Amino acid sequence: MKGIPISALLGLFITGLFFLAALLAPWIAPYGLGQIVGDIWEPSSSQFWLGTDNLGRDLLTRMIYGGQTTIFVASMATAVSFTLGSVLGFTAAVYGGVTDQVMSRVNDLVMSIPTLIFALVVLSVMPVTIPVLILVMGLLDSTRVFRLSRAVAVDINVMDFVEAARLRGEGQRWVIFREILPNALSPLVAELGLRFIFAILFISTLSFLGIGIQPPETDWGGIVKENREGIVYGIPAALIPAVAIVTLSISVNLVADWALNRTTSLKGGRGG
Amino acid sequence: MADTLLEIKNLRIEATVYAPGEKPRDVVIVDDVSLTLERGKVMGLIGESGAGKSTIGLSALSYGRGGIRLSGGNILLNGREIRAAGAATLRGLRGKEVTYVAQSAAAAFNPAKRLMEQVTEATLHHGLMSKDEAEKRAVDLFRTLSLPDPENFGKRYPHQVSGGQLQRAMTAMALCPKPDLVIFDEPTTALDVTTQIDVLAAIKTAIAETGVAALYITHDLAVVAQVSDEIMVLRHGKMVEHGTVQQIIEAPREEYTRALISVRSIDHQQKQPTPEPLLRVESVSARYGAMAKDVLSDVSVELHPGQTLALVGESGSGKSTMARVITGLLPPRKGTITFDGKPLPPALRQRSRDELRELQMIYQMADVAMNPRQTVATIIGRPLEFYFGLRGRKRDERVQELLDAIELGKGFADRYPAELSGGQKQRVCIARALAAKPKLIICDEVTSALDPLVADGILKLLLDLQAREGVAYLFITHDIATVRAIADSIAVMYRGKVQRYGPKDQVLTPPFDAYTDLLLSSVPEMQLGWLEKVLAHRRMTSAGN
Repeated sequence: MKGIPISALLGLFITGLFFLAALLAPWIAPYGLGQIVGDIWEPSSSQFWLGTDNLGRDLLTRMIYGGQTTIFVASMATAVSFTLGSVLGFTAAVYGGVTDQVMSRVNDLVMSIPTLIFALVVLSVMPVTIPVLILVMGLLDSTRVFRLSRAVAVDINVMDFVEAARLRGEGQRWVIFREILPNALSPLVAELGLRFIFAILFISTLSFLGIGIQPPETDWGGIVKENREGIVYGIPAALIPAVAIVTLSISVNLVADWALNRTTSLKGGRGG
Repeated sequence: MADTLLEIKNLRIEATVYAPGEKPRDVVIVDDVSLTLERGKVMGLIGESGAGKSTIGLSALSYGRGGIRLSGGNILLNGREIRAAGAATLRGLRGKEVTYVAQSAAAAFNPAKRLMEQVTEATLHHGLMSKDEAEKRAVDLFRTLSLPDPENFGKRYPHQVSGGQLQRAMTAMALCPKPDLVIFDEPTTALDVTTQIDVLAAIKTAIAETGVAALYITHDLAVVAQVSDEIMVLRHGKMVEHGTVQQIIEAPREEYTRALISVRSIDHQQKQPTPEPLLRVESVSARYGAMAKDVLSDVSVELHPGQTLALVGESGSGKSTMARVITGLLPPRKGTITFDGKPLPPALRQRSRDELRELQMIYQMADVAMNPRQTVATIIGRPLEFYFGLRGRKRDERVQELLDAIELGKGFADRYPAELSGGQKQRVCIARALAAKPKLIICDEVTSALDPLVADGILKLLLDLQAREGVAYLFITHDIATVRAIADSIAVMYRGKVQRYGPKDQVLTPPFDAYTDLLLSSVPEMQLGWLEKVLAHRRMTSAGN
């Protein structure tokens, strides 16, 4: 498609940069992850572009490796939450009745417990490994996706073309994936951009609290945690991950907005 | 021409279209339309959807809906140019000199306020009368419009009166400030025929008694012929023909006008019943959920192979419920349905794939009956794949065959529904139904959302396909003209019961029962003085009782 707006191009470019850096971390990082290469909290220089951290490790290196972990965990968690949430949400909407009631009320129950506290409790009894983190985050987030997709699907489910498919004798699988899903894509794409960012914030929060990514591995939340005392002395090391999170959030959502525009304006868009 | 009230000269109306993925572009909605309306006269503006008739009507208020620009020409009201007038001038004019009656009264009234307050609002706002005077006038108007209990009618809330009464209340609202001009924008289109005739008569009386001038906008030539002095026929934003009612009806000059007048004059030979009916509905009763009353009670009809049974009735008569019962979406509470000699399982899930295939359905709103994310090829191809296992080349060939059958030809297979016109969409829906090689197609108001000429084309196509494929139709409609055109037998439905049932010639021949008489006589006919004749006929029958 020609004529991608500048905002989307910018978003694509920056998001691409972040993902590339994450993928190519071992090759582009100037030093090793745990390598102590200088003094504590050195300011930025030609040798250490972003300065060094609380133990004298190169901050740029740690940001790149940390970004790798953060982006990987957040992406996987979002994938889990969307697959699970939307399939269950559509199922609830399509079956309706008791099925819908049971699924929705159980979902409400899970949602009524604050996500962070729920995660803290679960992670304090489970071994904190990356798959467990992804699963916990994905499951908790899927409740939000469930709500959205159920609400969207309920609307679409009563339209004549879905009835026509039912009258033809189509199974629920066809109804969900061929009739409803393509028409529910726009709101889901918008939600995807948002959920991905929430996932980044969530994993960062967990790491900051010490129950996320465990050393010697690191992620952006962990970098903030390690360097937070420096703020008192006017050392910006802890703010750098924050800047990275903000930049990534905005650029991902620029892309999501554009994708949203595209999906709604397709020739097959639901005219209003 | 001292008596000229409204003069529109070379009006040009444009709008900017913001098509997604394209640069905004200007389109001309109305081009070079001129009209002159004298005081106390009624002009009918007629045309199909998109003809610009509402837009022209609203231009008499110097108003353009959502982004529409009155970009050229003159609009003179009482000799004053109002096209480019300022907001203050227009405020003084709207609701005082010119008023407006909208199509959907239910949407135009504020449900939280009493009718009287809303009917007198504009009058009081402009300070034309004191509150007492305005209310007295409103009551007089209620009486003129033959609303029940005119003294107390204004104390009710909008939801407490019927749709037809609300439409008349809106007419009272428009007439209350003693305007020079009233714009009626399809005031009876959303009403049932039996209600429409009352509203039409009330509007006509009110116009005559108050001596107001009016622009009457509608797509129904038969309706406009009853109330107007002159008619202007519009198409694609341009004037086609303009003349007195008599001239337009009796001696139309333009081809398009002639087509509008001769609409629904399809010649259909009524077929005789065969020994074995295809569909037999026996004493079926149905209700929704936990409702205490039956929506359908004790309904029995038969449909013979290759023929058409029309279900007629006003809204709420249970005709669409009937379709849901037959398709299995709503299993009946009592009664049986026999299809092709075998009993049909009541619920959709219990039916075999062949039973589903042989019974197809076409919907009223083709827009929402097709998945907007599927191409025409997928929409028509899916039943082929699903029922007959056709794939690849074979499927594509059959899709093209079906497209040819519905007279769409090449180049349509890759389009999305949004890229089709209303009539084309309905044709694709017909092709989808046809793809299953059904024995029976249920047509639920398939032409009522379409313009008359387009609807005509669809009906001709349906008859054509019936002759070729031998498919039977259960045709649900509220439009008697459609029924006359295509039915072999008719069931008149009223409040969930079959009021009258039989072959077409019998059902449409007197003596009638009271309801059928009311229904049949309410259908506007394309002749002068039809309204008066019907009203006189009604007075006579009611006096006779």
